[in-house]
Amino acid sequence: MYVAVKGGETAIAHSLDLVADKRRGDRDIAELSLEQIDQQLGLAVDRVMTEGSCYDRSLAALAIKQARGDLIEAIFLLRAYRTTLPRFGDSLPLDTSAMVAERRISSTFKDVPGGQVLGPTYDYTHRLLDFSLMAADERPTAPTAPADTNRTLPRVGDILEREGMLEPPPQDGASEDLTRQPLTLPASRPVRLQNLARGDEGFLLALGYSTQRGYGNNHPFVGEIRYGHVPVSFVPEELGFAIEIAEIDVTECDMVNQFAGSHDVPPQFTRGYGLAFGHSERKAMSMALVDRALRAEELSESATSPAQDEEFVLAHSDNVEASGFVQHLKLPHYVDFQSELVVVRTLRAEVEARRRQAVLDQAAE
Amino acid sequence: MSDLRTLAPGLADPSHDAQQLFRAILDAASHPGRIVSLPSAPAGPGALSSAATAYLLTLADRDTPVWLASDFDRPEVRNFLRFHAGAPIVAARAEASFGVVAAGTPQPFDGFNLGTDAYPDRSATVLIEVPDLQSGPMRHWRGPGIADRTSVGIAGLGDAFWDDWAANHALFPCGVDLVFTAGTELCALPRSIAVEV
Amino acid sequence: MTENSAKDGAYNYAYLDEQTKRMIRRAILKAVAVPGYQVPFGGREMPLPYGWGTGGIQVTAAIIGRDDTLKVIDQGADDTTNAVSIRRFFARVAEVATTTRTEEATVIQTRHRVPETPLSEGQILVFQVPIPEPLRMLEPRETETRTLHALSEYGVMQVSLYESIARHGRISKAYNYPVMVNGRYIMSPSPIPKFDNPKLDRSPALQLYGAGREKRIYAVPPYTPVKSLDFDDHPFEIETWEQCCELCGSKESFLDEMIVDDDGKRLFVCSDSDYCERRRAPAEAAE
Repeated sequence: MYVAVKGGETAIAHSLDLVADKRRGDRDIAELSLEQIDQQLGLAVDRVMTEGSCYDRSLAALAIKQARGDLIEAIFLLRAYRTTLPRFGDSLPLDTSAMVAERRISSTFKDVPGGQVLGPTYDYTHRLLDFSLMAADERPTAPTAPADTNRTLPRVGDILEREGMLEPPPQDGASEDLTRQPLTLPASRPVRLQNLARGDEGFLLALGYSTQRGYGNNHPFVGEIRYGHVPVSFVPEELGFAIEIAEIDVTECDMVNQFAGSHDVPPQFTRGYGLAFGHSERKAMSMALVDRALRAEELSESATSPAQDEEFVLAHSDNVEASGFVQHLKLPHYVDFQSELVVVRTLRAEVEARRRQAVLDQAAE
Repeated sequence: MSDLRTLAPGLADPSHDAQQLFRAILDAASHPGRIVSLPSAPAGPGALSSAATAYLLTLADRDTPVWLASDFDRPEVRNFLRFHAGAPIVAARAEASFGVVAAGTPQPFDGFNLGTDAYPDRSATVLIEVPDLQSGPMRHWRGPGIADRTSVGIAGLGDAFWDDWAANHALFPCGVDLVFTAGTELCALPRSIAVEV
Repeated sequence: MTENSAKDGAYNYAYLDEQTKRMIRRAILKAVAVPGYQVPFGGREMPLPYGWGTGGIQVTAAIIGRDDTLKVIDQGADDTTNAVSIRRFFARVAEVATTTRTEEATVIQTRHRVPETPLSEGQILVFQVPIPEPLRMLEPRETETRTLHALSEYGVMQVSLYESIARHGRISKAYNYPVMVNGRYIMSPSPIPKFDNPKLDRSPALQLYGAGREKRIYAVPPYTPVKSLDFDDHPFEIETWEQCCELCGSKESFLDEMIVDDDGKRLFVCSDSDYCERRRAPAEAAE
């Protein structure tokens, strides 16, 4: 008898063994270490930390190893671990002007205080497969300028804002935590930004792209992208003053968008903001585009495109939710399918009976 | 923190005691009018009954502000709830998730959050401390959780109380939910229940 | 910390931390107070994927204790892979006794079926719910459907059922058939076949529904009227089969259909594996 999905206990045990075996692969090949993943697949680690909402390089590396490089699965693993951790409180907002930047560019001004720093980027690599990487090789260390850690790096947006050309950062309203409270709509901007920061990079990339192609009303310029280390500070209740608890790498994108202004408001540029853990420029830029698109209503623009539709964007951005629900179609649905079969057979029989009756009626005439 | 030494103890085994207490509370909530005895309910601080104490230790925490009527708004009760539940004690009924009032209080649930038509779940739950749950005049309760109807004789409540209740029930799906507490027993009256003489 | 934590590292009893359990417990009590209304709750990421029962698992984890006996079914059967997986999870994190017998269970977590054996007072039936909003396929926006529920404005559902009658001559909805709870809220009974809808009406058991991805909990208290939507001239009716169960001969239970050979030969057996086994047991014992 067909019982493919029954007798599951043994099947599951075997499946777990098989997946563990597949993960390890050929035993003659050296096993990956977490340090190797962290150091040599660092951008994968960055993405898993960002969408996993958990800054821990070695845990993210572990998740990537366990997931055999499936980053959405790794994000899921990291999230499911994160959710069991106790909360001690909120850190102070990051001050990215205190960043020690490895990279910092502006597309709006040729030069800016603190300078343009190209840093490590794939932007100007020629996408030619480097066959020399097929063999392990010693690479010389790249020359770097000494970082001036005492000097603050003013944000381009702040400079424009002083002139009145750029709106001040939007009044944000109370911050909530999406991982503790359900999403309610309309959402405050901090909640939207948290949702986007956790959101799937591919989804946000496509939405951001759509705004550039006319589905939305963005006319974006990269005010600034910076990537580097920033300190994280926390005020323990028993101390009453801030202490530095960590230093993390982040990528920040300030997108500057045109705004027509109105009768009473002189034309002014508006903001879209993106922030990601590690070095994740594609993600930070996409996020900034979507953030700006979602401000349509606030800025009295007509909201007619998918990227401007808050409910559509926020409800579908999470790849752990989306992946689970799409893949749950693999679970047995044969009870529901049987219900449908019964209904469809009944309906078909009724149609068939009516047709036969019509033929009989015709013959009788 | 000198009163730490005089602080009454909370749940002996927080995870398992809270689970057992919750199931008793859920039993009461899903069978309105049923008198449920709470297992291993701790002795309450001050005038607070064991049942009300157990209810709050099971369900209140730093996300759920508690409002105390003057009978219970005493340092030993406040300190107890702050220490064991981490629950903020608030001065305005409207801010509270849970309220504790005594049976004789006029308009005992006036001013608590009733929820909204869109979010009726945001309403408060009010614990009403009564002398006992059996010896009062019998009233007939009908509604979800009750097969046909049940007769309940909560003591210490006047006619005005039941008029207030009728008004609260009429707000459904909005309205407060009540829990009557006495000693180590409690009895739930969700907003969905109609009470007749 | 319980003795269990030694087994699974740092995890709390029943996996969820106490603060999360309290949050879910408060949501359950509000759900019971407003039958059929979907209470938003701060659903957590579970170690099982969304869509695979995370809502039901969170509800079960918030209510279950060491005195409970748990039954888990998927498609009516105790031995389908996902039922096995969820049962293993709770046996591991909650040290709970498990059973396949409906009447022995204090908590039954289910996907897509209500057991054939009638439930009794004191039992809790926990449903896994994929899309808790009964109006979702008619109106995709949460902001809109919330208003429709608030106003008890259910015309859109009536129209949808009526269109089905106009097109097919009958209501063609086969599963996840909408119900009216206590005369106030239209509710999704989860994707159970409509065959099971009558079992929800005035059931002596408590029904809890958990939707993890959509972060909603709702409930039907015992003895609460649950009416499947219909029209006077098109009354609600359930599926019937010409066949009876090949294994136990039942004519009353919901049947799974199986294709047993390349010629498309069909075989019908009970979807409820416990019910079917129990009916066969006396006959087999006599052999």
